Amino acid sequence: MAKVTVDGIEVEVPNGASVLQACELAGAEIPRFCYHERLSVAGNCRMCLVEVEKAPKPVASCAYPVMDGMKVFTDTPMVRNARRGVMEFLLINHPLDCPICDQGGECDLQDQAMAYGKDSSRFQEQKRVVKDKNIGPLIKTVMTRCIQCTRCIRFATEVAGVPELGATGRGESMEVGTYVEKALSSELSGNLIDICPVGALTSRPYAFVSRPWELTKTDSIDVLDATGTPIRIDTRGGEVLRILPRQDEAINEEWMGDRGRFSFDGLKRRRLDRPWVRRNGKLAPATWAEAFSEIAARFRGRLGAVVGDTVDAEAVFALKSLMGTLGSANLDCRQAGEAITGTHRAHHLFNTGIAGIEAADRLLIIGSNPRLEAPVINARIRKATLAGLKVAYVGPATDLTYGATNVTLETDFLAGAERPMVILGRAALARPDGAGLLARAWEMATPTPEWNGFNLLHAFGGQVAALELGFVPGPGGLDLAAMMGGGVDALWLLGADGFDPARIGENTFVVYQGHHGDAAAARADVILPGAAYTEKDGTWLNTEGRMQRAYTAVLPPGEAREDWKILRAASAALGKPLPFDTLEQLRAQHPLFAGIVPDTALVAPPAGALSDLPFAAADKNYWQVDPITRASPTMAACAQAAQTPAMAAE
Amino acid sequence: MSDEPTSFVFDAEAEANIAKILPRYPAGKQASAVIPLLYQVQYQMGRQTGSAWVPRVAMDMVAERLGMAPIRVYEVASFYFMFNLKKMGRYHLQVCGTTPCWLRGSDDVLRACKDAGGLKGYGDSSADGLFTLSEVECMGACVNAPMLCIDEDYHEDLNYERTVALIEALKSGERPAPGSSIGRQTSAPEGGPIVLVEG
Repeated sequence: MAKVTVDGIEVEVPNGASVLQACELAGAEIPRFCYHERLSVAGNCRMCLVEVEKAPKPVASCAYPVMDGMKVFTDTPMVRNARRGVMEFLLINHPLDCPICDQGGECDLQDQAMAYGKDSSRFQEQKRVVKDKNIGPLIKTVMTRCIQCTRCIRFATEVAGVPELGATGRGESMEVGTYVEKALSSELSGNLIDICPVGALTSRPYAFVSRPWELTKTDSIDVLDATGTPIRIDTRGGEVLRILPRQDEAINEEWMGDRGRFSFDGLKRRRLDRPWVRRNGKLAPATWAEAFSEIAARFRGRLGAVVGDTVDAEAVFALKSLMGTLGSANLDCRQAGEAITGTHRAHHLFNTGIAGIEAADRLLIIGSNPRLEAPVINARIRKATLAGLKVAYVGPATDLTYGATNVTLETDFLAGAERPMVILGRAALARPDGAGLLARAWEMATPTPEWNGFNLLHAFGGQVAALELGFVPGPGGLDLAAMMGGGVDALWLLGADGFDPARIGENTFVVYQGHHGDAAAARADVILPGAAYTEKDGTWLNTEGRMQRAYTAVLPPGEAREDWKILRAASAALGKPLPFDTLEQLRAQHPLFAGIVPDTALVAPPAGALSDLPFAAADKNYWQVDPITRASPTMAACAQAAQTPAMAAE
Repeated sequence: MSDEPTSFVFDAEAEANIAKILPRYPAGKQASAVIPLLYQVQYQMGRQTGSAWVPRVAMDMVAERLGMAPIRVYEVASFYFMFNLKKMGRYHLQVCGTTPCWLRGSDDVLRACKDAGGLKGYGDSSADGLFTLSEVECMGACVNAPMLCIDEDYHEDLNYERTVALIEALKSGERPAPGSSIGRQTSAPEGGPIVLVEG
């Protein structure tokens, strides 16, 4: 530890820390552009200059290591002058286009120019102009605004693991870009928008849409992958305008996948905004009362219910309660027939935890492509590999953005590891030998009470909660496969779009409750319009089983309602009213809503046979995976750009 | 980039040189060889096509050979002006315009290059594909200013007429000897040595 005095305040910082970190600890704010906590130090913007006693010149605090007894001054005439000088140089070539810049209002350069900028420019010559780059359908570039901090280059190289951005040319003709025009091949590219301190990289879908001070901000959770990235939904006038990640060191640090960030335009398209009832073979618009009377008349006989992948825990619980009162145990949430029973929590959770990846020393990934299934978790794995984690994977050869060996299940890769870790993809459990894989993966991870290295990586934010609530066949109940082909007389689909609705028996009465008119809705006899994840207060569990609350950002469109309310109303129509009238009463009925505790019993799953069936390549289309993303034009453009990166959609 | 070739492979001579270059760097630090390899590309292109430049496919090849991301090679190649990223004339005329050469008549040298080579100005390539004209900063030959660097050869003590003669000689396929055009021995005084001449 080193004792450093910053503006008379003494702080203790670890040896090797930078002066900037010491200043932060002492509460002194240091302006910066190129420095970023999660990226390597570049030291090229010079904005963080401070005065150090006995140093002849101002020093760049981000790249200057502390020494014991060092005295730092952050607010002297020398410091202020130096920063003003740096700011003047930065502004020489920066266009004065704040009024038409999308970064306006949340721009580091704008903010810091208020403190260190002059009121007029002494620069008489021509400003430099840089041609804009086309780096794909998500990021709009205005490269003349670039101050060459190189944060984006370092993010792409270090965090995203796709070294595609660079600084070409030199001096005044230095330009940041890909050199050969192409769309960035990263699932984390939206984070470039957040780390760019100026308006050079901004969101293409959000271009010229709004100013930050006009937005209402609501905390929520990204349910489009199982990471459970905490997000902030920015809305104006009942419309979601953008989604940004919040920071959580245990989950996403501060990154977010592109799917959750950019797919919200799908929330405005193909929406179910009123009930529909099938009459004479055709779906016709109906009122809620008509829809409920149809259900009351026809939701009879052998009943079944299936929940989808992004449904909130409250709705799952309400549907389970409803089916319980109707006396049916035919429940399923495993739309692909995954071999998960939900009996032992440790069998379906990411037990090590996302932050725990950094403590592991060897990691084996089985039947999963975390880069496409959970890019933020993949970035965490990549971070750990840079610190020494060894990774191998079983499955088709792929680029995970870090060095990983392709091995087979027989390889004893985890031998000798102190903290072995296995990530099993949920898709692997849908194989015929899913149960065998689960047992094998568990055995390889050899969980102990101190270190549980077994991890199941789910695909969506609603999957864990459905398992935790036991939305699986009860005693004597039918599973999804048995309910198909006429196995039940009436089927309630709650956002269940993950299986082919053509498998449902011809004479089965289908109620579809959900927010998008996707394939399952087209098969339904009654459609009940529900709310998407941005439109309701809800609880979601991420792949770790972490309980997270999301809040209503906008209201559901038209006559659509929150799903638990629909189920409550339906229960009344069916003559078995559920015993709750508010969300609080509903939550009080199940301990899940108070948070779940990890399973420490560590019972090994029953052994099963393994087949030599090759692992299928993970779905290559990262962008279009569920009704929301399939309805999103932005995601469609991304999917197209991924096929032809050189001609990324303009 | 219509001039861009669709493929690039190192020829035998380049491969022989690369085999000498790579062992100079410690294992795992092969990326350090990026500049020597880019030179090999440029020499080879000069040998094969008469235009010494570095096409993009060749940069990708260097990246693959050295285990680097292609963008890292683009960064290096575009940083140093010694690497030509566009198709060049057979002879690269590099006129020094820095103060000593300028005072000693580099404007005449430039004019001669334009007149004899059929060039419009800096950055231009002649229609016959023989010459590309560039301005360079001081190349350290100030004592024999003004100077013109052709590819890697220094031609010094030039004036308008001798520069024209030099370019005409290149056009006729000759390669005039580098060095002073007035027969000066290295950087000795004009007209021969004046001190230490006896004993």
